[in-house]
Amino acid sequence: MSDVTETESLEPPIADTADNPVSGIDQTAGNFSYKMDYEFDAGTGLSEKTVRYISSVKKEAPWILEFRLNALKQFLAKPMPTHWATKDLENINFDKIRYYLSSGQKPKRTWDEVPDDIKKTFERLGIPEHERKFLAGVEAQFDSEAAYSNIKDIVSKQGVIFVNSTEGLREHPELFRKFFGKVIPTGDNKFSALNSAVFSGGSFIYVPKGVKVAQPLQAYFRINAENFGQFERTLIIADEGAEVVYMEGCTAPKFSTSTLHSAVVELVALKGAKIQYITVQNWANNVFNLVTKRGVAHEEAEIKWIDCNIGSRLTMKYPGVVLKGRKARGEVISIALANDGQHQDTGAKMIHAADETTSNIVAKSISVGQGRSTYRGVVHIPKHLKGCKNNTECDALLISPNSRTDTYPAITVRGDRNSVQHEASVSKVSEEQIFYMQQRGLTEGQAMSLSVNGFINDLARQFPMEYSVELKRLIDLEMEGSVG
Amino acid sequence: MSQSATETLSATGSFTPEVFAAHLASVSHLPAWWLDRKREAWDRFNRLPLPKRTDEFWRFATLSGLRLDGFSLPGSVPAGSLGHSPIGIVKSGKLVFANNRLVASEPISAELVKQGVIFETLQNALLHHGDLVKAHLLAHAPKLGSEKFTALHTALLNDGAFIYLPKGIELADPLAVFHYAASPGAAVFPHTLVIAEQNARATVVDFFRSADAGTHFACGRNDLIASHGAQLTYVAAQTWSRETLSFQSNSTVARRDARVTSLNLHLGGRQSRHESHSQLAAPGAHSEMLALTVAHGSQEFDQRTLQIHQAPHTSSNLLYKNALLDQAKTIFSGLIVVDPDAQKTDAYQSNRNLMLSDEAEANSLPGLEIQANDVRCTHGATSSRIDPEQEFYLQARGIAKEAADELLIFGFFEEVLSKLDHQTLHDSLRDLIKSKIKKL
Repeated sequence: MSDVTETESLEPPIADTADNPVSGIDQTAGNFSYKMDYEFDAGTGLSEKTVRYISSVKKEAPWILEFRLNALKQFLAKPMPTHWATKDLENINFDKIRYYLSSGQKPKRTWDEVPDDIKKTFERLGIPEHERKFLAGVEAQFDSEAAYSNIKDIVSKQGVIFVNSTEGLREHPELFRKFFGKVIPTGDNKFSALNSAVFSGGSFIYVPKGVKVAQPLQAYFRINAENFGQFERTLIIADEGAEVVYMEGCTAPKFSTSTLHSAVVELVALKGAKIQYITVQNWANNVFNLVTKRGVAHEEAEIKWIDCNIGSRLTMKYPGVVLKGRKARGEVISIALANDGQHQDTGAKMIHAADETTSNIVAKSISVGQGRSTYRGVVHIPKHLKGCKNNTECDALLISPNSRTDTYPAITVRGDRNSVQHEASVSKVSEEQIFYMQQRGLTEGQAMSLSVNGFINDLARQFPMEYSVELKRLIDLEMEGSVG
Repeated sequence: MSQSATETLSATGSFTPEVFAAHLASVSHLPAWWLDRKREAWDRFNRLPLPKRTDEFWRFATLSGLRLDGFSLPGSVPAGSLGHSPIGIVKSGKLVFANNRLVASEPISAELVKQGVIFETLQNALLHHGDLVKAHLLAHAPKLGSEKFTALHTALLNDGAFIYLPKGIELADPLAVFHYAASPGAAVFPHTLVIAEQNARATVVDFFRSADAGTHFACGRNDLIASHGAQLTYVAAQTWSRETLSFQSNSTVARRDARVTSLNLHLGGRQSRHESHSQLAAPGAHSEMLALTVAHGSQEFDQRTLQIHQAPHTSSNLLYKNALLDQAKTIFSGLIVVDPDAQKTDAYQSNRNLMLSDEAEANSLPGLEIQANDVRCTHGATSSRIDPEQEFYLQARGIAKEAADELLIFGFFEEVLSKLDHQTLHDSLRDLIKSKIKKL
């Protein structure tokens, strides 16, 4: 890792004090010392003042301010969930975090200051030149405005509303207020309360009855118009019979000046609707990524979460589906890759609340070096339901002798008319496979990559093409340092 | 139940300082180190709170049922009052405890005594084999949430069974230990300590019973130590009264090439918690952890297990089967832990719930914590009803639906029971299950 102070000596690195509240870890990965000028900056620390400030900058309706203030109270009252979660959470210093930075970001970093290995990663991933600069934080925005308004124009002809959270609540309260904060109540957990207090950014989407959105809606385009979503808030409503695919994130490493990211994503699929939500998370490995994601599927509706976590220091994310209507269907497809210094604590929640609802969870994790991946799941089938089915499969692959994996599912079934099955396995890459490939002239690293890619292949295929191609290259990269 | 949600339970209940003082006075003839340990445990019991809702080790458990009031350390009862009847097992020896005291016994043969086998009360062992007992009795702290109850057990443990199997000994028939709670409100603290030396081979059976249908409190423990190459089979058959609150914990240590099979049969009690803790301490060690539960009425069975692989080349296999009727509730929470150096571990964990009622509730928490990469670990959990196709197959061959279901339920259990190779023991356990199911 190149030392930033060599190239940057004029400005004192402010990131050290304000933006990296975490001590004791290697912070060089995301530690870009550059001065920022923000049009609006709420300062560090969280208080009622911060919340009022955010709300006034956004010119919000009084009910939203009230919603935020109530959330702040709940956030402060709730203890850290360390009775089940990792103690690493205690290293978050809430007083040193910036809770709001609005547009107008003009980073003064040059391409030369971007560490070489990151440039190399971009190159290996085949990221276009202009996107590289944006991803490295050299350019606050790349040429995405055009792409966003293009997509927005196309879908608005179908009556689709695709805006950010501020605009959504201001311009379309009649549509969004009804569901906002209903799928994930403010007090669901400490971090959903935090998000509810300080949220900004994210997407609000409404797809009218029967409308099938042909192209995936990508946050990739939208979010650039603002800052990266540190506390983004997304609400997607698919009206009866509507279909929509939403994608967020990208496979390239993302660098952020903040070490805490806490999003809330709510999905509502009304009768017969289908929502597919695809996430590729690759934050720098000093980031705490604590996300709450949940959808409600009404009668015969279908919600599918496709979730891939590669980056961050600690990710805690358990996408859920509440199967509220008869024959609703929920699915979570999850891939996690944990390398040195990383803990991917991911999983799924399936809450069955109507007859003949079905859910499927397939989770695969790969732990490399000292990396730790954890699967946590909840499957709940309450009393007097019939014909409900759940299938859960979790497979963990351990690459290095001291890699770690944990599995903590919780399954509750009432009654004799439902069935659940859960299976998990832990294994390492087969020595025979590696030997076979080496015999045929592959290096150990190539053989390892091939084998690991084979392990997740059936899930990776469910991602859009460009994502799965990038994912494959990324795994190649991660595997390179892991052998011999 | 409805009102207990708001009321706070006493953290010590009937177990007052006076109760402890009286108990301590009654065992004052025992070694000083043991009395010191008891005092220390008593302090721990008083210091520790009752399990809380946020306690992961007690997830899904009905905490309002952990009421420690209304019990007392019971007085002695004559053996004749127990209604103790033969169970049809051919055995090598027998000890019968009632209300924490030995009331009857069938000693082992003089031949076995000559070979060095010890089968007697814990109190006698404390007096005559102090060093052995000190090294193994309650030597491993509980790790699954029952610290408070293990402390209570240690403080108030009066007597139990002590079994020592010298090097190379092989017992053809089981040693049986009966533990009775024999008067209303009785609090009993059963204990069985088994030490199997190198290559010893034996079967030990604990029976937990109530002499009446009253409310009992049972807080028991067994310690199993299997030295190099030992083969130990341990069976616990629990048929407490329907009003009993019971805690039972197990600690098993398997050394090099040792093989321990334990089978727990849970039939009785109102609310029963069982913790089982297997340490695979040296290469070649194997632990087979089996359990069968028939839960009916409003019974709650809470089973927590831990398979700790501490050394390379160890294996464990867990199979817990529950049949649930009426409004019964079961919790299975299992954890396989593979330590960083325990390469070549082969661990398996499976929980199968057979749902026989529309109101029963089965909770499964099958967990893994793996810190070594060259391992094979799998777990599975299923909950479902009797397979309609199998039912149809039997009915199509002229077997009435009820008889067909009974056959299928026994088939479900037989997979576990068949792992016992002692015929009369196998049959008597099957009969216990049968008699419970027939009564329903």
